[in-house]
Amino acid sequence: MKHIFSFRKTLALAIALATIAGTLSGCAGNNSPAASSVNSSASAASSAKPVAISNVSYDPTRELYEQYNKLFQEYWEKEKGQKVEITQSHGGSGKQARSVLEGNEADVVTLALEGDVDELRKGGLIEDGWVNEFPKNSAPYTSTIVFLVRKGNPKNLKDWDDLVKPGVEVITPDPKSSGGARWNFLAAWAYADKKFGGDEAKDQEFLKSLYANVTVLDSGARGATTTFVENGQGDVLLAWENEAFLSQKEHPDDFEIITPSLSILAQPSVAVVDANAKKHGTEEVSKAYLEYLYSDDAQRLEGKNYYRPSNPDILKEFGDTFNLNIEMVNIDDDFGGWEKAAGKFFADGAIFDQIYKK
Amino acid sequence: MKQKMIKGTLILLGGTFLVVMLVLPLATVLVYALRQGWETFSKSITDEYAVKALQLTLLTTGITVVVNTVFGIFAAWTITKFRFRGKQTLTTLIDIPFSISPVIAGLVFILVFGRIGWAYPLLEAMNLKIVFAVPGIVLATIFVTFPFVSRELIPLMQAQGNDEEEAAALMGAKGFSIFRRVTFPHIKWALLYGVILCTARSLGEFGAVSVVSGHLRGKTNTLPLHVEILFNEFQLTAAFAVSSILVLIAVIILILRNIVEHRIKREKR
Amino acid sequence: MFPLKKRSRKRQNNIIPGFRLSMGITVTMLSLIVLIPLCSVFLTLSGTTFADFWRVITDKQTVATYRVSLSCAAIAAVVNAVFGILLAWILTRYEFPFRRVLDGLIELPFALPTAVAGISLTTLYSDKGWIGRLFDRIGVKISYTTVGIVIAMIFIGIPFVVRSIQPVLEKLNPQYEEAALVLGASRSRIFFKVVFPEILPATLTGFGLAFARCIGEYGSVVFIAGNIPYKTQITPLIIMNKLEQFNYAAATSIALVMIVFAFVLLFGINLLQARINKIARG
Repeated sequence: MKHIFSFRKTLALAIALATIAGTLSGCAGNNSPAASSVNSSASAASSAKPVAISNVSYDPTRELYEQYNKLFQEYWEKEKGQKVEITQSHGGSGKQARSVLEGNEADVVTLALEGDVDELRKGGLIEDGWVNEFPKNSAPYTSTIVFLVRKGNPKNLKDWDDLVKPGVEVITPDPKSSGGARWNFLAAWAYADKKFGGDEAKDQEFLKSLYANVTVLDSGARGATTTFVENGQGDVLLAWENEAFLSQKEHPDDFEIITPSLSILAQPSVAVVDANAKKHGTEEVSKAYLEYLYSDDAQRLEGKNYYRPSNPDILKEFGDTFNLNIEMVNIDDDFGGWEKAAGKFFADGAIFDQIYKK
Repeated sequence: MKQKMIKGTLILLGGTFLVVMLVLPLATVLVYALRQGWETFSKSITDEYAVKALQLTLLTTGITVVVNTVFGIFAAWTITKFRFRGKQTLTTLIDIPFSISPVIAGLVFILVFGRIGWAYPLLEAMNLKIVFAVPGIVLATIFVTFPFVSRELIPLMQAQGNDEEEAAALMGAKGFSIFRRVTFPHIKWALLYGVILCTARSLGEFGAVSVVSGHLRGKTNTLPLHVEILFNEFQLTAAFAVSSILVLIAVIILILRNIVEHRIKREKR
Repeated sequence: MFPLKKRSRKRQNNIIPGFRLSMGITVTMLSLIVLIPLCSVFLTLSGTTFADFWRVITDKQTVATYRVSLSCAAIAAVVNAVFGILLAWILTRYEFPFRRVLDGLIELPFALPTAVAGISLTTLYSDKGWIGRLFDRIGVKISYTTVGIVIAMIFIGIPFVVRSIQPVLEKLNPQYEEAALVLGASRSRIFFKVVFPEILPATLTGFGLAFARCIGEYGSVVFIAGNIPYKTQITPLIIMNKLEQFNYAAATSIALVMIVFAFVLLFGINLLQARINKIARG
């Protein structure tokens, strides 16, 4: 019987532990329902009552929005005398869009791709014509695709042509699993298209030899960066400009950024999720939140976080950081819009699948 | 002599395997966590959102372990003490969560409780939120670790046979006292292993939870999700620092288990 | 509270009380947490025609991922079974320095978020890493190849076999082994004749669980896999790809294949295990 007794002690210990865990997390547990109910209770948003909105965004925007939220909170309190609480959510762009579609009640979304936001329109959460709700196709800041190479550029990679040479190892994420990586593919395609004068068969050959040089096709942009930066794989990483700057910031002596002769204008899109904002009664503040991204202060903040401000005057202020002479195609004029491009290149059995077919 | 050599070889083999497959990866985590010094390390683990994520993880783990332990004991009892038709099917159904990709495990809850799910109108009417809130996270974690306790108990209880329980029952003992006095002393180690496996797995569960969480900072972020977010934000060092908390909690639990195990075994002698 | 049911007296096993209660709780919880949510996979698929379903699951690239996932998981599970027996044996039968520490480490793969595990393993086994460097010298690449996938799967499967066997070995009285030894049986003979039959069911359980878990594993494998179509893509990644295109029907189709496969696999193992148990107990 003795050992049973001592096992009881164990049980008591376990229960005690569980209780501690429970109490500890009690605070968290209490917070979450309360906080989420703020959303609904704020429906009658009078100017005195604080209001809460949530911004579902994609991966590397955390620092930007952490700073921007403070800026906006000050602005809003000064304008309306109302406090605003902002909850951030970050993750892969497509995954984040899906979570909103599946019931994550974001008031605003700030995602990497127009296509991801448009899925929310198709799902009935965002009204038609959202692209024109804010200036510049609802893209307050932009980016582009650049090459990140090792210090000194040992393989002397200057432009897209150099990437298809034998012996060059390229790292880029899989455009099928990473929405952001689709810009990489499209930038390369645009270059080939210009070079071969619109001969699509040759474009496809070019992309085929490019992807034949890809040694690791990570599932996401961040994974690809780790592969290149931490694990030393490959000679060149195709990356968003802002992410390339972040890598360089972390390892200032190890990498260089090369801008190719031609690239693509990557436009992260922002939108108010109309259905949710209506439900929470946060339409006004949500709209103002996104509008304020175009203010001079916010534009400078975006520039400091390595996004290209959409306001051309402020972009010029960052002439030292960004290469402003790069030729850029854009998705609407050169690819006939996001939806068409997605269908032509990335749908099952489309061009991207074909270049991997044996 | 020969016996000693065999023993040595076996220990060496097993030890090498564990070092290469387990110790070195863990060492990598610590090396990364500390590579920018203590300051970065302590800053990342005392971050407001990291602490909130830790609380949520502990809460989730606590509930999960209790639910799965209760289930595990009843399930093992049902399966090993009685004969009935469909036993293999039942056993297999219990195992199913093991083999389901965590991605799918999360997705099924979305397909039930999400905006596209069939139970959504009902939840809307009752003003309840399950996915993208704490209940969804708890549910997904329970799902993923569902078979852990029962799976540890079943093989042992089968190997044990039912003779002692039957004897006790014939002598008129009630169900619960049979369990407590006859079965429990035999299975307590397996039960403990099961509980610990379940705890460890719930602490670290990422895939399924990530699908149902919505990643709301300070609200629905568990510690593993917080790690992923840090990683995706190009803060590799902080990500590894926070993971080392998880390793630390796991190590503490394992040490506790060892102490308890040791003490009981000594008392028994 | 635990009435003896007349019906249950028919068979000798059912002398033990509590059938209704424990069965009731088991089935209720199983249904609420596992079965009902899983059924929504079928519900989602009800809008898909069989032809579409078949086209998605037999797509060339998808089939290639089954091959990668299954073969890697099988190898990893075998390695885990062999080393699992070995580890359980030395942890229960021998005293040596650091035994407790090693014993305590077994569950750690679970506590580490899979992404972290994936990143550390990739770093460790890439041609610049501590271990990968050694293999690189003899021309073997581990990270970003199928070998890397197997390594990640071994890592996540370690606890299953060890922890299934350990309790059985602990209950198994070493006196039998000693008796056999005194009677002149050789060590290996003792192991295969006395110990092995006892731990076989538990080994099978552990093997099956590790195998099943490895097939489904996503988080850690994607980092080390390289993810090149037809070569190092695993099935869960294809599911993610379909979701990334907002194609729920295709994603759930492949998910269904995986669920059915897992069920068949585990069912087979459970059947085998029950049979062995019967033989073992005469």
